[in-house]
Parts: sequence; structure tokens; C-alpha cells
Amino acid sequence: MRTSSKSKASGRPGFKLTRIRIIAMVLLVLGAFIFLGAGGIDSDLVTTLTFETISAGETPSVGNIDVPTSSYLRVIGLLFLITGILNLVELRAQRWRRASLGLLVLCGALFIPSVIIAAAAGNETNMTTIVAESLRLATPLAIGAMAGIWCERAGVVNIAIEGMMLFAACFGFTTLFYLRNTGLPLETAQLLAVLVAVLSGGLIALLHGWLSITFRTDQIVSGTVINILAVGVTSFVRREYLLSTEAGAAKLGNISIPILSDLPVIGEAIFTNQPIFFMMFVMLAFTHIVMFYTRWGLRTRAVGEHPHAADTLGINVNRTRWTNVWISGMVAGMAGAWFSLEATGSFNDGMTRGAGFIALAAMIFGKWTPIGAFGAALLFGFSDSLGIRLQMVGVGFPVQFLQMVPYAVTLVVLAGFIGRASPPRAVGQPYVKE
Amino acid sequence: MIEAAPVLEVRGISKRFPGVLANDNINLTLRKGQVLGLLGENGAGKSTLMNMIYGLYKPDEGQILVNGQAVEIAGPKDAIELGIGMVHQHFQLVDVLTVTENVMLGNENVSGPFLRRDRARREILELSGEYGLDVDPDALIADLPVGVQQRVEIIKALYRHADILILDEPTAVLTPQEARGLFKIMHTLLEKGVSIIFISHKLKEVLEICDDVVVLRRGAVAGHADPARSTEASLASLMVGRDVILEVEKAAATPGDEILNIVNLHVHDDRGLPAVEGVNLGLQRGEILGIAGVQGNGQTELVEALTGMRPVDDGRFIIKGEDMTDSPPRRVIEKGVGHVPEDRQRDGLVAGFTVMHNLVLCTYYRDDFSNIIVVDDRAIADNAHQLVEQYDVRPPIINNPAGGLSGGNQQKVIVAREFSRGVDLLIASQPTRGLDVGSIEFIHKQIIRMRDAGAGILLVSSELDEVLSLSDRVAVMFEGQIIDILPIDEADKDTVGLRMAGVRDDVQIEGGT
Repeated sequence: MRTSSKSKASGRPGFKLTRIRIIAMVLLVLGAFIFLGAGGIDSDLVTTLTFETISAGETPSVGNIDVPTSSYLRVIGLLFLITGILNLVELRAQRWRRASLGLLVLCGALFIPSVIIAAAAGNETNMTTIVAESLRLATPLAIGAMAGIWCERAGVVNIAIEGMMLFAACFGFTTLFYLRNTGLPLETAQLLAVLVAVLSGGLIALLHGWLSITFRTDQIVSGTVINILAVGVTSFVRREYLLSTEAGAAKLGNISIPILSDLPVIGEAIFTNQPIFFMMFVMLAFTHIVMFYTRWGLRTRAVGEHPHAADTLGINVNRTRWTNVWISGMVAGMAGAWFSLEATGSFNDGMTRGAGFIALAAMIFGKWTPIGAFGAALLFGFSDSLGIRLQMVGVGFPVQFLQMVPYAVTLVVLAGFIGRASPPRAVGQPYVKE
Repeated sequence: MIEAAPVLEVRGISKRFPGVLANDNINLTLRKGQVLGLLGENGAGKSTLMNMIYGLYKPDEGQILVNGQAVEIAGPKDAIELGIGMVHQHFQLVDVLTVTENVMLGNENVSGPFLRRDRARREILELSGEYGLDVDPDALIADLPVGVQQRVEIIKALYRHADILILDEPTAVLTPQEARGLFKIMHTLLEKGVSIIFISHKLKEVLEICDDVVVLRRGAVAGHADPARSTEASLASLMVGRDVILEVEKAAATPGDEILNIVNLHVHDDRGLPAVEGVNLGLQRGEILGIAGVQGNGQTELVEALTGMRPVDDGRFIIKGEDMTDSPPRRVIEKGVGHVPEDRQRDGLVAGFTVMHNLVLCTYYRDDFSNIIVVDDRAIADNAHQLVEQYDVRPPIINNPAGGLSGGNQQKVIVAREFSRGVDLLIASQPTRGLDVGSIEFIHKQIIRMRDAGAGILLVSSELDEVLSLSDRVAVMFEGQIIDILPIDEADKDTVGLRMAGVRDDVQIEGGT
């Protein structure tokens, strides 16, 4: 069965439920909801968007934007309604069709700011914080997603990212804990701790490779084994060796990027930050360049799509997979280090809280491309930071609903514009010669 | 003929797989600038032998010599270095990569770690100009028709400086026109000094293009043949080990009641574009209606619509007096329609299921094979034993996964399933594609038997010879329409060929592609 849309045989090709039309209907509902909802907001209320530095003391604000909440939402609601209608009726002229698609994109782009404006009605909200927080919270997700890409592009499913992160967070922190009183300078100890985290991620990945490549265990099973193992081993380690660490250790210190960190507002919000935060961008660029511009990347992708074809060209399929799984583990280890060494300076049981799985979701959301996955991770980070923000502002209804909105919208937009995500074709299949 | 120097010699090669002696002491010699034909039935060991030459399998015994030197070929890499290139029966191309990326894969043009796509691209364009292999280096493989994909495979070999080229059943997937194009390319290759091993079981092609022919039967060399002094019949009997009747023998048709009536049918293809545009056809019991046409003129969509696999946009079709338009496949099956699908691996079989379960794919729910909710494996096995013997499926092991069978035997499993359950209307799409003469003869006989038993048969094939030898009437499909229907005695190759190109009454039919 290839086509789901089925027009009855009785007559002319009638109204068809295309993807665009489904989005259009969602937009109509959303638009009506926003438009009517705006009527319920006091028309005097104003949302002030500020762009200021995060540190308290002096607040050299770059500028404030005052948005009359109710009227703004009315306009947005109207825009959604119009766009919905335009996309629902199939316009004949090419030019009009393109214009209505353009409007659709605009609606998507305006959605997130609109959520913020609606949520902070009658209040001031600092945009800089939201952006900086989103990026910060996206760090482990984005790096984790890169780990997933390394593995899955070579045809090995990696649901063990969560476990690898947890292992890395634990061993990284343990290293720091035992090194801090040896007289080593703090920076050196921290560097070694991160290194150990990365390597322990790599080590666990070798277990994954051993099980799933050498013994051709089902890759999901192998990944699950690692995830369960991680919970057990790390809580054991904590109970046995780390109990006296409740006080925690020093977090990784800030680094300022020369020149860029002198920029107003974003200089401090973004370009003065902790090292793993910056590693996120490095990993993004690294993964993207390797996958799409190098020999290794080409071979990796070929092995993930059609291993037999790669084999007939003299490429060693299993060695390529081994290497990629190993790199994936190290990247995941970096993400794990974020939790214990960068974000908290301590280790708790199960502290990765499912971030590894969200990273996988980001990878799939981003269609197994580094840039797409990064975007998805940012969205997840934004949703997190929005939740925190709203809790602080104190809105009248459960925050979870607003937190949910960005996901819902992205799902619809993704389903509409980008379509079905297709994983590397050979993912999950062990390669057997002959 | 002056004997050219041998470039590749195989001496006494044997290969065993568990339970099978796939190759038994095989010798052959390929000479420079010549085409060596390798003929054999499905499962005769042709692909095994070639995979050993290409380093994918290791021979148990024997020797391979390249340019007179004994060589050890441990993997494809060694083969490539020795100048051996292979175009596999199932193309080894990565769908989501471009032509350039596929060609350079494994042998990348790089500076440092970075790919130099531009340089590889230039090389591809040079090769394509030199050998007449027309391809767009920037196209994605998934977007290319099979004929072009095959050219990419040949370029892949040439890019690696292959001067020994193995073509494993290259014409099995091609339309007659594409096959013509391939032969032209092969001639250019030969002129440039490339030597070719041509694997096929299309006797006509082998006779036409080869300088020497080696015939394999059951893993051993059954004999050599000089194409200049051989006929199709002599090659066929060498291949099968007995005389084969190439001409289909059949009595005149005795058409009965109308069983299928298609009225103004419109169907769209996967991209949503119209593929079948107003087809009207009638089929009677006891006759074979052949649909000829170049592939991609709507035959696939027509068949899928008739079997309930594709929605109908407009029009209707009536089977045994009942309107079956847009019926689900189960209803179509229950109506007594048999279907031999065009793509047997995608639509015909569940590759991971055993042969015996594949044989009841559309009848498992009937009382014969299940008790209320439990399938009766004993009944299914009995049924399978019987069919496997009757339809000569080899190996006759009913517990093997169907995906492990050779293409011909997979087809026999499908034919056994569809022909054995008492159907009144048979829709057979490319029923003998990629099969050897023995199997073709067998399947043709079965089709005739069905006709004589009073079934109506709709035969869709891009093999014009097949359509002409089996059909009682021939309909030609062109750009989604039936442009002509001829009784068999008026349908000669030239007339039908012209219709297939859209020419009717010496006037070109309007409309582009």
C-alpha cells in the first residue's frame, strides 16, 4: 500500500488531504484559539522584551521592546487564520502558492516568540536569558545527538547514549574527586576528569561494539544492557566511594572567547561560558564536516546504507563500524561530563535523567543530520528553559501546557515540510559476509 | 581466428557450501578483448564462480591466473588491484549518494582527509565521454532508472582501471532498448581492450555478442560452444541437459465468457502523476491477452489497480460480473484472481519466511490450513511438499527461508502458490524475468495449462518474444493507454515494435514523455 489518500472511484479527483492541508487545518484551529484567547487578555497589558546582560549589578540594556500583548496576539491569530485558509484552498497560480507557503514559514518562525509574549503578559522578560539558557540546557542533548549520528550513520543503533553518559558522568567525577586533594592544580585535575569521562564513554562503546558487531547481538538489546548496567554500576560506585561528596566539587570554570566576549550583551551571555558548552559547537562542526566532506564520512554513510556495496569496493565494513561506535561513545562521554563536571560539580544517581533518549529523539528529529539534530536539541533546550522561566514568572495555569507547545508545533511543521524521517537503511542490521 | 593472449584463467576451481557442491573443478579462459559467455541455469554456480574471481568468496581448491600469473584474491580490494571489475546482478549502489560519490567510494579522490568531488566528477565525465556512458555525475542514484544505474556500475569499474569486466546477468533488468544500448557500450569497451565475462541465460544475446561460450550445469562445466556454430536449441540442451522446446506449443484458443472487463480506468503512480489514462480492455476465459509495451508506460500501475494494491482514480473494472474497483487484495484473491507480481522480492514473497509458509501466504486463513485461530503447520507442510515437487523448486527443502533461493526458484514458489489454488483469472507480470530457459519453458507450459483449463490470463511482459509466443491477442500499451489490440496472427514483431514506440498507422501519437 503506497498511497493513503484515496479518492473515491466515483468521479473527478476531489478534495485530497495533502500534508499541507493538514497543517493548514492545524493552523486554523491554532489561529482561532489564539485570536479568541487574546480577547480574554486585558487590552492594557504590555509585554516588555528586554535584551540585557544576565549578571545582576549593572544592566546595560541594549533596548526594550514593548509589545501590547492583546493586540499582538490578535494580529498573530489573524495571520494564522489567513495562512491556514490560503493553504487549505489549492491556489492555482504558482506565485500565489509560493506566497502562501512563505506565510506558513513565517507563522512557524513567529510561533516561539509568541509563546513567550503570551506567557509573560503584563511583565518584563529578558530575552537574553532565555536564549542563553536554551543554549546551555541544549548542550548535553546536542552533543548526545552527535554521538547518535556517529553511530547510526554507520549502521549501528545506539540507544546506549544514556548509559554511556551516565558512566562518563560518574567516572569523570570520581576522577576529579580523587585528584582534587593530590596537589594537582584544579584546572589540570578537571581536564583529566573530562578526559576520563570521554574515555570511559569510549570504553562502554567498545562493549556495545563487541556485543553488536562481533557477536551480532541485537543492537537494541545490547544498548539496553548497557543502560541498565550503567544505572547499577554508577550508583554502586557512588555509594561505595563518593558518599562523602555531597558538598560537591568545583565546576568547570568559564572561558572567554577573545574579542567576541567583548560584544555587548551576547558577549557575556554566550561567548563567556564553560568549556563543554563551547565543545557543543566544535562537535557540531566536526561531525558535519567529517560526515559530508571527508573520505571517512563517505565510507561511514555507505556502510550505514548499503554495507554490501561498500564491501564490494574493498571497504572493511565492520572495522568502519567499530571505529564509529567508539567515536560515538567518546562523544557521548563528553556529554556525560557536562552533567557532573560542568553543570553541577557533583554526581547523583541517574543524573542524566533520560537526556540520552532525548538526544536520540533530537537526532531523529534532525533526520540524522548534525545541523538538524542541533536545531532539534535547541528546541528541546528552549522548552526546558521556558518551563523554568514560566515557573519563575508564575502563570495562571500549569506550565507544562506552554512547555508542550513548541514540541507540538515542531511536530506538525516537521511532518508537513520535511516529511518522513528515513534512517540509514542498514541501521540495526549486523553485517555478515557471504 | 587468431588466439589472443589469455588475461584470466580459472583452473580446477571448486567451492562447497554446506550441503552443496556449488562449483566442481571448473576451468575457463578469458582472452584479451573478447567476450566470454557464461551460460547456466539458475543455481548452476555462475554467480559463485564470479564471486570467487572478485574475491567475495574463497575457493576451496584451484587456481586463478591473471595475465598468466597465479594470484591470490583475498578480497574485492585485491581483485580491483588486479584490474578486475564486476557489475553485480543486484547493483551495489548506495541510493542516497550521488553518482560521483558512488563511483569514488572506496577509491576516493582526496586531498588530506577531504573529498575532492570536483576531480572525481571530471574523471567520470571523461570516462562517460570516452565510452559513451551517458550519466549525470550529480544525480542521486535513487532517481535514476536501472539502465542508467548499470552505466554507473560500469563507470565504477572503469574508474578503478578495470580491464577485466564481469557482467552478472546485465540484461535481466533491462528493457530490450536498454539492452541494445548496453551492447553498444560493450563493443566500445572491447575496442578499448577490455575483456568481458558475460553471464546470461538469454541464449539469443549470448549467441550475438560472445566470442566463446562456457556452459555450466549443476556446478560443473557442461561444455564449450562456439557461438558461430551453435544455435539456441543446442545451447539450451547443453544448459539443461536435455532437449528443450523453445517454441511454445499450444492449441488455438477457445474463448468463453468474459471474465474481466476494464472500463475507462485511470490510475496514478507513486508520484501522483497519471499513469493509466483511460484503459478499456476485455478478457475472456480460455484466452491469453498479452500486454506489450516498454516498461514504465503504465503496465505496473494497471496491474496494481486490478489486484487491489493501488487506488483507482476513475473508471472501473468488473471481474466475473462483479464490480471489483478499489476492492482490498483479500477480496480480489477470494474472487479467484491469481497474481504473479512484477517485483517478486517486494510484492511476491516474504523473504524471511520459509518456503512452506510463503506457499500459503494468501490461503493460510482458509479451513484447509488453520483451525479457528491456530495455523495447521502439518497441513501447510503437506501442501508445500506436494507443490515443491510438482513445480520443481530447488533445493526442495520447505523449511528454508524463501529469500535464500535463487531468483528462478523464488519465482517457482510464487507460481506454485498462485497457480495451485484454482484461479479463474491470472494476472502475470513479467512472469519469467531473469529466469533460465528450463524455468521459462516450465512456466510457459503452466500458463498454457491454466488457459486450457478455462482461466483468463492477462500477461504483462516487456519481453516481446514472450508476449508474441504465448498470447492469443496482443494489446500494446503506450503512455498509459492501449493504443492497439491485435489478434496474434496479425501481431508480428515489427508492427508491435512500432506500436510500442507510439507509432500507429504510420502516424506518431501526440504527446511527450
